[in-house]
Amino acid sequence: MTIEDVRQIILNILADIAPDEDISSIDDNTKLRDQIDLDSMDFLDIVMELRKRFNIEVPEKDYEHLATMAGCVSYLTPLLKDRPLAS
Amino acid sequence: MQKPPRDWLKGVLSAYDTVVIGSGLAGMTSANLLAKLGHKVLLAEHHYNMGGMATWFKRKGGHVMDISLHGFPCGMIKTLRKYWTKDISHRVIQLKNVRFDNPQFSVNTSFDKVDFTHILRERFGILREVIDEFFLTVRDMNFYDEVVMTTRELFEKYFPGRTDVWRFLMEPITYANGSTLDDPAITYGIVFSNFMDKGVFTYQGGTDHLIKEMKQELLRNGVDIRTHCMVEKIYVDDKTVQGVRINGQDIQCKSVLSNSNLLTTIEQLTGEEHFDPEFIEEVKKVRLNNSSCQVYMGIKKGEIVPNVGDLLFSSVADEYCTDQILSKDVTSRTFSFYYPEIRPGTNRYSIVSSTNARYQDWANLSESQYKKDKHDLEQTTLDALDKYVPGIRNKVDHVEASTPKTFKRYTLHPSGTSFGTKFEGLKISRDLPKQINGLFHAGSVGIIMSGWLGAANYGVIVANETDKFLRQLRPSLVTASA
Repeated sequence: MTIEDVRQIILNILADIAPDEDISSIDDNTKLRDQIDLDSMDFLDIVMELRKRFNIEVPEKDYEHLATMAGCVSYLTPLLKDRPLAS
Repeated sequence: MQKPPRDWLKGVLSAYDTVVIGSGLAGMTSANLLAKLGHKVLLAEHHYNMGGMATWFKRKGGHVMDISLHGFPCGMIKTLRKYWTKDISHRVIQLKNVRFDNPQFSVNTSFDKVDFTHILRERFGILREVIDEFFLTVRDMNFYDEVVMTTRELFEKYFPGRTDVWRFLMEPITYANGSTLDDPAITYGIVFSNFMDKGVFTYQGGTDHLIKEMKQELLRNGVDIRTHCMVEKIYVDDKTVQGVRINGQDIQCKSVLSNSNLLTTIEQLTGEEHFDPEFIEEVKKVRLNNSSCQVYMGIKKGEIVPNVGDLLFSSVADEYCTDQILSKDVTSRTFSFYYPEIRPGTNRYSIVSSTNARYQDWANLSESQYKKDKHDLEQTTLDALDKYVPGIRNKVDHVEASTPKTFKRYTLHPSGTSFGTKFEGLKISRDLPKQINGLFHAGSVGIIMSGWLGAANYGVIVANETDKFLRQLRPSLVTASA
């Protein structure tokens, strides 16, 4: 999986969690929370989706890495790089 | 010839990934999520209906009474959409007319931040800056804060001596989750902010419709639902959940998610001997929250009740006072008005009066005294309601009361608690899996995780923990590390 694939995966997850938000214009370096209406339950959903789709466990202490799109991508890419895109 | 008793466990599997004990809102929500995540789930409910406190009953004359439907915060829409279905979430409607009537003030409000700010300024004469700072403070409170301040201290800080303002801010929250001025301010702040976001909401179709929809969704996702099924024991060996006994039958499971009361889960279902003594010491300090009395009033077919409000916080007490609110000598009542819009097409009305109450005031009465006190409660409630709906006695044709004993009978909660435990229960509930592998608890605890939104979201939080636990039993899970 490429960096762009990982970014798209995050976008897909966000689209499911926040269907009323415009996620096409997300800025990678600004906190997701400041751009779309996400609460702590939504972040929990991201963690659950990653576990469900890719068997990846994000420990609670690492949640801060998911605050921005750039953070998500750099945190998750090493874990997903060897995976095929379809899963 | 007598029919043999029905086997409510007929066709049950010998083993499950998770057994969920109890189908309150937290139990149902976690069962649904775990099933969607691919786990094999058994949901066991001792009663014939699902829903726990999210319940209703029917009476002759076409009456349907909702126990707790009015109301919940706007956040419930999102929770219903994400963890249930879009159709369910689309049925949430706002209750726009919330009313207070007491010796200190009489006010109508849409119960949101904009309107509260306006009322606090115009009616109570509070400075704009103080109101804004108060809202900012409560909004920023969260679960991870150090518990230092009580709600009383919070009010004293922003509105010193203004018991009228305290009452305005506190009475609805006491109705919603049983909290008092002496509970930690964060429990107040979190729940109050949830409501202030957009107001108070309810479900169009009634509780029966909601629970029916949820049941269908649970079945679609493959949850094995069993009503009339009492979980009698959680089997633990080597600090690890092994299974449960339901209606005398043993069933294996890798995890248990108990939506039974926290103390019942630890002391009766599991057994103290399986926990560390220090943990049990903390368990003993957990205080149960109070219970409730309700009076259900069914309006005759064809009769009309004018719109006098959706929720009415009425009191004849001079000031807001916890002791008085819990007293059997009732001075404060919350009336929930269910107009025909709640069940479109039925054209029926019902009114439910709720008061917070203590179990011990009702538990030890003789049968005749209990009956008499219930009758008195019904009559004094009708008297109080007559002020708002003149001639109410001519409009009703069914009146019935429930007491803490009633709540205990249907929920099996110790002391009939209708709001779970006080704040300290939350830590115990969260720490349960550290004591016993595979043992989880979700339900009304810590005041924060109480009410519709708190219970449902806590079900999600604990289902996430359970999912993590179950997947860790398989070798393929990769734990990330930064």
